Amino acid sequence: MALNADSDSAAIQQHVFEYRRSPEQSAARAVRHPVVIVGAGPVGLSLAIDLAQRGQRVLLLDNDDRLSTGSRAICFAKRTLEIWDRLGVGDAMCAKGVEWSIGKVFFNGALLYRFDLLPEHGHERPAFINLQQYYVEAYLAARAAELPNLEIRWRSAVVGCSQGPECAMLEIETPDGRYAVEADYVAACDGSRSSLRELLGLESKGRVFRDRFLIADVKMEADFPAERWFWFDPPFHLGQSVLLHRQPDNVWRIDFQLGWDADPEVEKQRENIEPRVRAMLHAALGREPAFELEWASVYTFACKRMDRFVHGRVIFAGDAAHGVSPFGARGANSGVQDADNLGWKLDLVLRGTAPRALLDSYGPEREYAADENILNSTRATDFITPKSPISRLFRDATLHLARQHPFARRLVNSGRLSVPATLSASPLNTPDRDVFAGAMVPGSAAADAPLPGGDWLLRRLAGHGFTALVFDGDATALDLDASGAVPVTAISLPADGEVARRYDAQAGTVYLLRPDQHVCARWRNPRATDIAAALNRALGRT
Amino acid sequence: MLLINESNLEAPDTFYEALIDTHRELDEAQSQALNARLILLLANHIGRHDVLMQALDAARDCRSPHD
Repeated sequence: MALNADSDSAAIQQHVFEYRRSPEQSAARAVRHPVVIVGAGPVGLSLAIDLAQRGQRVLLLDNDDRLSTGSRAICFAKRTLEIWDRLGVGDAMCAKGVEWSIGKVFFNGALLYRFDLLPEHGHERPAFINLQQYYVEAYLAARAAELPNLEIRWRSAVVGCSQGPECAMLEIETPDGRYAVEADYVAACDGSRSSLRELLGLESKGRVFRDRFLIADVKMEADFPAERWFWFDPPFHLGQSVLLHRQPDNVWRIDFQLGWDADPEVEKQRENIEPRVRAMLHAALGREPAFELEWASVYTFACKRMDRFVHGRVIFAGDAAHGVSPFGARGANSGVQDADNLGWKLDLVLRGTAPRALLDSYGPEREYAADENILNSTRATDFITPKSPISRLFRDATLHLARQHPFARRLVNSGRLSVPATLSASPLNTPDRDVFAGAMVPGSAAADAPLPGGDWLLRRLAGHGFTALVFDGDATALDLDASGAVPVTAISLPADGEVARRYDAQAGTVYLLRPDQHVCARWRNPRATDIAAALNRALGRT
Repeated sequence: MLLINESNLEAPDTFYEALIDTHRELDEAQSQALNARLILLLANHIGRHDVLMQALDAARDCRSPHD
């Protein structure tokens, strides 16, 4: 039975995808695929859809036949939603998700301060939506099912991987036994316990945090606003921290810090979780609405990454490549950005339009982004769970000062929430020749802006290739078709108004955007040869 | 900007007396907490990152008189 992504949460979590024996299992020799993606989570599904939309034949393997159990990742950032808009699922995600941009921080039970993650108006997408991971995967799986050149094989576990000069070979285990496939490229999106990483003898290394956290997803009728509430040392959970988030279907995520000495087996028991939830509700609401425990898990985490994400024909993305603490929602969001970075590069290299160097640029670009995410998430974790008496002393001093002194609020760190990395050092960028102000430097993800007539800039970029934003100039005069081997779509924009302000644009200004909507070059008045040279650079040809 | 290490206080002896006096009747933990708040307040007032980094180095590298 096909998945209906509009079903209720129980039906979605119980949905079993049908395993079908592949004719390739009886083939005389292994069948070659241009690209095999391992892992049908949010990252693997996003990458598979992107490549299929670009016209590639995609094989996606998953060792299971279900979507995510429990809600797991819940906070999806603006940039992720913009990527999903390009993949055709942004509207469905936003219609179901709970929008939020306000965070509140409490200390000893009293409100310290509030922050707005999107203080600027004029963006189509909110700073964040909260949405259970199984819904995310359901919408992506439903979209994937619409693409005839994308095949998902469920209950197909990769148990062997080798690489030769011509291709990579994968050994796949199914209920009908084992068979082999060949692949020009393999994308390993198989999560933090990646079997491909292990099969290649590789490691993800970093810092393991000696602390335990309890996640409880509870269903209840409560009137908390759709905001992120973070308590340091609350009276109802002394000495620890607590985080509250609203999800769709009246489900609330409560995350209790437990300390390293907590026994995960004991803490996981319903009778031990319920008193913690009741105490929190009583303190925050002054009453205890009836609630139902939907899902609970006790977890630890590490901030780590692989030394390199590209290993010959096998490319690692998402949790397989890097891991962060949950404070800042930088796990799933950075994984979807990995997919966004990899899709167009893999497509152009498979087509022979771009050299292997373009694919290799995925490594340093996303390793840099992973470092930024790990740095932010490590700093937040050290603030939330201080690991030495002196660290605790300064943490508490900061919180005490924050009541009266605004500067200290800027030091309070309950998580620096996911924003896309600006790939300033990327060799695909053409360094600025002209003087620009503002945030849209080469390497940055293009900011959305409202356009005259009610349209949105990023919606206008809905194509999948390179785009030139031409401000109040003659797009045809740039002769974009002659500028390189790949098509460039020109979009004419006004040199006044919000979009021009965000891009510090004047009449004649041109921005060149990569297919993943990152700025790769900009000029005040370029010649066609400037654009051709920048395109070559962005394709890894120089 | 270089960290100032020549005398820069308007009233050195009076400041020093006030600093010690501020800790009067505080126990060890309270004094530690006060010092932490004081460091944060002063650091924010100084603001300049290069000066603060030099101050961290200078505080850490300060030799005991017997070295």
